[in-house]
Amino acid sequence: MRHKGTLSGRLTDGLNVVLLGLLALLMLLPFYYIFVVSFVDAKEFSSSELILWPKNWVSDAYDYILSSKEFIRSMGVTIYVTALGTLVNLVLTATMAYAITRNIWGQRFYVFLVLFTFIFSAGMIPTYLIVKETGLIDSYWSLILPSAINPFNLIVMRQFFMGIPDELSEAAVIDGANDLQIFAKIILPLSKPAIAAFGLFYAVLNWNTYFGAILYLNDPTKWTVQVVLRQLVILNDQDTLASAARDAALAGELPPSETIGMAAILLATLPILAVYPFLQKHFAKGVMLGSVKG
Amino acid sequence: MHPFEGDGTEIQAAPVGAVPKKKGKLTARLWRERYLYLLLLPGLAYFILYRYVPMLGNVIAFQDFSPFQGFLHSDWVGFAHFRKIFSDPEVVRVLGNTLLLSLLQIAFAFPIPIVLTIMLNELRSEKYKRLLQSILYLPHFLSWVVVIGIATIFLKTEGLVNEVLHALFGAEPTAFLQEPGWFMPLLVLEVIWKEAGWGTIMFLAALSGINPSLYEAAVVDGASRWRQIWHITLPGLRSTIVILFILRLGTVLDSGFEQVFLMLNPFTMDIGNVLDTFVYYKGIQQSDFSFGTAVGLFKSIVGLLLILGANKLAKKYGDQGVF
Repeated sequence: MRHKGTLSGRLTDGLNVVLLGLLALLMLLPFYYIFVVSFVDAKEFSSSELILWPKNWVSDAYDYILSSKEFIRSMGVTIYVTALGTLVNLVLTATMAYAITRNIWGQRFYVFLVLFTFIFSAGMIPTYLIVKETGLIDSYWSLILPSAINPFNLIVMRQFFMGIPDELSEAAVIDGANDLQIFAKIILPLSKPAIAAFGLFYAVLNWNTYFGAILYLNDPTKWTVQVVLRQLVILNDQDTLASAARDAALAGELPPSETIGMAAILLATLPILAVYPFLQKHFAKGVMLGSVKG
Repeated sequence: MHPFEGDGTEIQAAPVGAVPKKKGKLTARLWRERYLYLLLLPGLAYFILYRYVPMLGNVIAFQDFSPFQGFLHSDWVGFAHFRKIFSDPEVVRVLGNTLLLSLLQIAFAFPIPIVLTIMLNELRSEKYKRLLQSILYLPHFLSWVVVIGIATIFLKTEGLVNEVLHALFGAEPTAFLQEPGWFMPLLVLEVIWKEAGWGTIMFLAALSGINPSLYEAAVVDGASRWRQIWHITLPGLRSTIVILFILRLGTVLDSGFEQVFLMLNPFTMDIGNVLDTFVYYKGIQQSDFSFGTAVGLFKSIVGLLLILGANKLAKKYGDQGVF
């Protein structure tokens, strides 16, 4: 107990509890509203009443989106880029992080190379030109290679590897293991939870990426779900899901564009919400690892 | 507190004799470390190819670069593009927008995680605190497209915000997203909504380092809650605040490309175009590679100078700084 239980102390406590609760509600309310309205039918949507709970739940907006080639394809692209990208992220980050943990020749220089990118970045145009020169324009690799390593994650992972006691690898050296074997058979198995955490972080970054897709992909058939979402919701371009629009217009049952947008937002966010409990288990540890003195 | 710091001490602790003097010894050492180099290579290649070669690519800021001639054969123009940065009224306006936005973000979005941290720290129930944290952190993991998509849905003329304002005050609908005056306040509010909760994580980590007996002693001495916050909690946050502030200063000319780009529309272009988006429109969309690069390089160099300057200043006034 840090405070005496005076009346004013308890009042302040209560106020604090309520205020924080309201703030948390502010984070959740948009989701609640989008969720309920995405299930509302066209008639109820066009009525002027405030919608707090649908009178009857319909999945028209979802049916519409899931019947569109464009949305399904963009989901497929995003899943592919996220899976492949995260694998590349993890392999490159873990191998380099381990190498610069060990006292190899030039180690200080390599660490400096990484840290310097924190305070000086090359800039959008030169990076774009290199991506172009390396032949990645309109290739999914343009979403993967230019962001293959997040320097912050690399440093945090290095910090983690440095925390593994040397005795373990020294014993393996005596048994005749080389550095590759030490990395694969001792370091990696010990780091499974950390690798899983970094994998989740990278996967979220890859899933959410928008910048790379508009910079490097010109071909609309390669759009990721974030690009489709922007066209649909922010630019209100109903041609984005042309295939579904055609069918729905023929059948004469086009859901309101707003409910389509809300349903699309939820579908594109579902994977993030699904992994969030796992993320949450890890991130407090992960971020703290980076902030605690090496 | 920050990776830089840990690494700084670590680097200095590395043995001075680590680099062998004789060539033969070096070859032997490299051979001994060959597998580690094998592990290093892919990552190193990434840094060189996608981080450092583009840095060198900034030379095109001093050329009239044409992709057909390449940077070896393009004409050199010296500082002409940089002079244009300060003489072109459009760039000057964009620079002003960028600074105004950063100023607003620092004034309004930067302090909020600190206040939130103190409020969370005052909670008695650990369970409630953890529940709040998991809700407050969530928006950080959403994409900017989703956040601005949600904002678009709520703020359009027939959206929920206008509906509520009309019901409560009979207000006429406002086109918030097309209204230049609302552009920057909305950007700040979005950053607060998305990042305020996540921003507490560093500060809460700093607070976990405070010895609880300090608070107990303060209670014994009859210190009020506010005195405890002032004399124990805030000093415990000080070095983290300083470090994050230094890092924030280094990004004064960064506006967060995705957010601003997604919010911009023809109505808000005058007030909303910032250096990041300007570089994109000029350099990529209009293929003015050299000028776009010059503006980008100017931005990076100012950022570097600011971060080094702020770090020095922090050290002068007795804080640890970042490096």
